[in-house]
Amino acid sequence: MKKIFSKKQKAPKKPLTIEQKISRRNFLSFGTFIVAGSVAYGGWKWLYNSPEEARTVTAGARAPLRRALNKTELAFRRVFSNNNLVKTYPKEMAAKNVRHNSDIGSEGKIDIDAWKLQVKKHSGEVLQISLDDIKALPKTDIVYDFKCVEGWDQISHWGGVKFIDFINHYKLDAETQLQYVGLATPDEEYYVGIDMPSAMHPQTLLAYEVNEGPLPPKHGAPLRLIIPVKYGIKNLKRIGTISFSDNRPPDYWAEQGYDYYSGL
Amino acid sequence: MKVIKEKHPLVMRWTHWVNFPILAIMIWSGMLIYWANDEYRITLFGHTFFSFFPDWFYNALHIPHRLSEGMAFHFLFMWFFTLNGIFYVLYTILSGEWRELLPQKKSFKEAWLVLLHDLHIRKMAPPQNKYNAAQRIAYTAIIVMGIGSVITGLAIYKPVQFYYLTWLCGGYHFARILHFALTIGYVLFFVIHVVQVMLAGWNNFRSVISGFEVVNEAPKHIIDITPPPPSDEKNIQ
Repeated sequence: MKKIFSKKQKAPKKPLTIEQKISRRNFLSFGTFIVAGSVAYGGWKWLYNSPEEARTVTAGARAPLRRALNKTELAFRRVFSNNNLVKTYPKEMAAKNVRHNSDIGSEGKIDIDAWKLQVKKHSGEVLQISLDDIKALPKTDIVYDFKCVEGWDQISHWGGVKFIDFINHYKLDAETQLQYVGLATPDEEYYVGIDMPSAMHPQTLLAYEVNEGPLPPKHGAPLRLIIPVKYGIKNLKRIGTISFSDNRPPDYWAEQGYDYYSGL
Repeated sequence: MKVIKEKHPLVMRWTHWVNFPILAIMIWSGMLIYWANDEYRITLFGHTFFSFFPDWFYNALHIPHRLSEGMAFHFLFMWFFTLNGIFYVLYTILSGEWRELLPQKKSFKEAWLVLLHDLHIRKMAPPQNKYNAAQRIAYTAIIVMGIGSVITGLAIYKPVQFYYLTWLCGGYHFARILHFALTIGYVLFFVIHVVQVMLAGWNNFRSVISGFEVVNEAPKHIIDITPPPPSDEKNIQ
């Protein structure tokens, strides 16, 4: 009996020859390399050809990439702080010719006397605020490097009321408990959504001056948003309405495949 | 007699080959972004020698009007690029592999000799371990460049939150230039790297996949130094 068992046991393996060792390791490693490479290529094809996201408040990006943008936003929101300020410059360094990129929603002239800023409160009440009312609030100037998502930037000089001062004056504290601010042009052709921490950043302005003069139409007369913690696409010109919400308000460029957060 | 000589550890091989496609995607998506403000050019005495990049180049690679796409890819793959890099650096430190990698005092002098040898100007290359002096410098530099890309990248990605990085990189403009220049550096590295790998041959290339090289180790006492045949030069004719 014993002998039968011992026969079944494996005979001691012959040590592999050097050639066998080489080809064995080559086979394993190149096999792994080719399989892993194929998987990676397949993964890339999947991502590259993945369908566009369903149109919600954001649109125009590949669905998985939109999810990634939103996750990345969460990561970088953690480093956002009101103590992190945009660098400011002496006003002599501000550009005399302020670059003008786009005026969707702010084309043509506007009757500034007839214009009223509408602030939609949570209660449903709508405040109608004139430019003179806004100018009566404490004025803040900022000279900083305005940054466009395209990659250019320009030091420019803006003046207006701090968003936080505006909020305090109009007793909108309850509204700031919500997560987002939405702004839109009077014709609602251009609109942005801003997360509340960025809106409440001490350098966020409702600006009515550029280079110490009133805003010309192309820079958003009579009142525009200047938010240095965001790319230019969020700096809406010619504000018509301000609203507050716990959901992301519609955002023009987030519907064109850009990151909703677009924070700096 | 053929002998298997271990060369590259598994982690080094994986991180190398994981990095390759990630870096390719980062460079490509970076170009989609850069296109939207492609202001860099080489100008000397008022004459522009080269502008980054010519239209034919953009068109051949389908670069134009894809900024948002480029950003979406770039800001996803930056995570993988960074994590893979951190993993490699930690491994290199903890395993002690850094001893084979970091340039030594003599490396900077020796690198010239390696260069002269590779250009067939000098016959002998200095003795080396796993990497020669030029490789030590190049493969350490590429890691430093990778760290530089992450830092300059963060400096232009979040210049307000990471204002100190932007300051460290010499401001927003200079950080963007550095970020771009590093990318050009990768491309130049890639070209030289691939040429060198092709010149070094199969055994060397295989070692970055299989991990080992095959060397002929003749038992020393058998070696007979045979003088070269005197008819050598005549044969050439």
